[in-house]
Amino acid sequence: MSILLDSHSKIIVQGMTGSEGRKHTQRMIMSGSRIVGGVTPGKGGQSVRFEEDPVPVFGSVMEAVEETGADVSVIFVPAPYTRAAVMESIKAQMPLVVCITEGVPVGDTAHFFSAAQESGTTRLIGPNCPGLISPGKSNAGIIPANISGPGRIGLVSKSGTLTYQMMYELRDIGFSTAVGIGGDPIVGTTHIDCLKAFEDDPETDAIVMIGEIGGDAEERAADFIRENVSKPVVGYVAGFTAPEGRTMGHAGAIVSGSAGTAQAKKEALEAAGVQVGRTPSETAQLMREIMTSLRN
Amino acid sequence: MDLFEFQARDLFDEYGVPVLRGSVATTAEQARSAAERLGLPVVVKAQVKTGGRGKAGGVKLARTLDEVTEHAEAILGMDINGHTVHQVMVAEGCDIAEEYYFSLLLDRTNRSYLAMCSVEGGVDIETLAKESPEKLVRNQIDPLVGLDRDTADEIVAEAGFRPEDRNRVARVLVQLGRVYRREDCTLVEVNPLVKDAFGDIIALDGKVTLDDNAAFRHPEWELLVDDSSTDPLEVRAKSKDLNYVKLDGNVGVIGNGAGLVMSTLDVVAKAGEDLPGHPHPANFLDIGGGASAQVMANGLEIILADEQVKSVFVNVFGGITACNEVANGIVHAMRMLGDKATKPLVVRLDGNAVEVGRAILEEFDHPLVTVVDTMDAAARKAAELAAQEA
Repeated sequence: MSILLDSHSKIIVQGMTGSEGRKHTQRMIMSGSRIVGGVTPGKGGQSVRFEEDPVPVFGSVMEAVEETGADVSVIFVPAPYTRAAVMESIKAQMPLVVCITEGVPVGDTAHFFSAAQESGTTRLIGPNCPGLISPGKSNAGIIPANISGPGRIGLVSKSGTLTYQMMYELRDIGFSTAVGIGGDPIVGTTHIDCLKAFEDDPETDAIVMIGEIGGDAEERAADFIRENVSKPVVGYVAGFTAPEGRTMGHAGAIVSGSAGTAQAKKEALEAAGVQVGRTPSETAQLMREIMTSLRN
Repeated sequence: MDLFEFQARDLFDEYGVPVLRGSVATTAEQARSAAERLGLPVVVKAQVKTGGRGKAGGVKLARTLDEVTEHAEAILGMDINGHTVHQVMVAEGCDIAEEYYFSLLLDRTNRSYLAMCSVEGGVDIETLAKESPEKLVRNQIDPLVGLDRDTADEIVAEAGFRPEDRNRVARVLVQLGRVYRREDCTLVEVNPLVKDAFGDIIALDGKVTLDDNAAFRHPEWELLVDDSSTDPLEVRAKSKDLNYVKLDGNVGVIGNGAGLVMSTLDVVAKAGEDLPGHPHPANFLDIGGGASAQVMANGLEIILADEQVKSVFVNVFGGITACNEVANGIVHAMRMLGDKATKPLVVRLDGNAVEVGRAILEEFDHPLVTVVDTMDAAARKAAELAAQEA
């Protein structure tokens, strides 16, 4: 097992015929993902050749689902068209929608997140995220598959590069699943959702949770860990030096007044029994020690 | 992007939200002639994107033209919470009977919108929320529906408006809800929303934040941009599409990925804690994934133009990008900058093709470039160099 994604996952790519979509579809195929189709309105019936295998392009998500039985959609369409793309997947009752696109208006995200909730069938990951990987099984998004192989650490992170960094530092131990949930003010899947899934996953022994300034997702995750997580959790929070009121790269990374500070998040996590590293390397080291002690 | 009060006023006006007539002035003379047009009395209000104007003396009632001149002269140039006042709004006077509060904002926790309303307005709302939370009514707004009339009716009833005022207030709330949605706002706040002596409901002040991500569908926002109080280096960085935030330290930072750069700032600050002069980060700069040599050069140029910078830390993790490309980027950047590159550069590369990347920099062998293997050690090195230069 792994969470959210495994070797049976059938993936379609919305925006596969665009340059980013094409590049990353290629990478996903190379890392063993089952890419069963692409969706580009108006280009149904065409196909795109990756290595020797042609991947069919469908004109709509509904059609792609009917023809292929896809259960994951990865979205690479530009921000102005993202809302329509996600809504289309929700209407096609896609179980998992991974929205990579950065720069989506938060009103659009609020809209399609609500629609996903109402549908009762679609889980949304992102937007503005690198997607997720269950190494050796499947890769839905842009996380490089060559950083780390499979193992028993679960990772959930708001940041893409810190995900890569953490996977790299712990590559000799390996990961069950790594989920980049994204750095926008509203994201479809939260730390809590992933913590819960990792807690229930028999192939995950310990969890790394990476947070950053803005909002209160980490504080709520801390409460959740205290009550519901028995597996060891190691945490890292970025943004201690961020000034109040400034957006630090990610649209959601902003300290507003006294709310959303890294210090408050670190303290909440520590109060819930989570070991919090001061640097990414120290965090990796804490996880390494936990995995070593679990093995003995 | 935050709007000035007068910009919010104009936006409200477009949507039929009742506002007072007003006019913007950058000199006392302009303020005086605006008052002549509007008729006395008027209120002279500092236009700054920060709260606490009233307390700072930035909002004054003028009953005569001489008072208009006097107040405008006093307020223009005033410093309010670090914001210099470059313009004032001269607004019609209003005979206020009651003051209320209303806001509609992005609710990150519940991943929807939140409406907040109180019949006690005009006060600091954070204080009200803390001291008498029961007086501040909160309602979740469904993003699929928006603030419709039914919800507005619920809000005004719950907030305790008088039955005879409810209809008029609810209508204004619906109009403000339209502003919020159609204009892609993340905040619309009216404090105070007032009832005047005639029983009319008026938005007397307005605070609006627009979602920068929605700029692609609002070409008219170009006109609202105001760089007068933005740091000049930030303006320059923005013109080159760089994600840059000026900070007050002396170690320049460049990295790829917002999370990694935020983390880099923290590690640098930590590394500098026990060094003389406490070196700390001079900026946030995320050059993103797959950065080209040109982007690296642009980034270095901005950072080296910051006179406070004593050393630079380039921290890159090659995920999608290969480190050899990054290393080539640094080499190109240093060649392009030539004599303009004057500060020591500490480079940490890791991840995809790291050996090739490090080898390229080793061969380049530039006296200002030092390659350090780990992020923590590199941060320490950059902080030490800044401490030496200080």
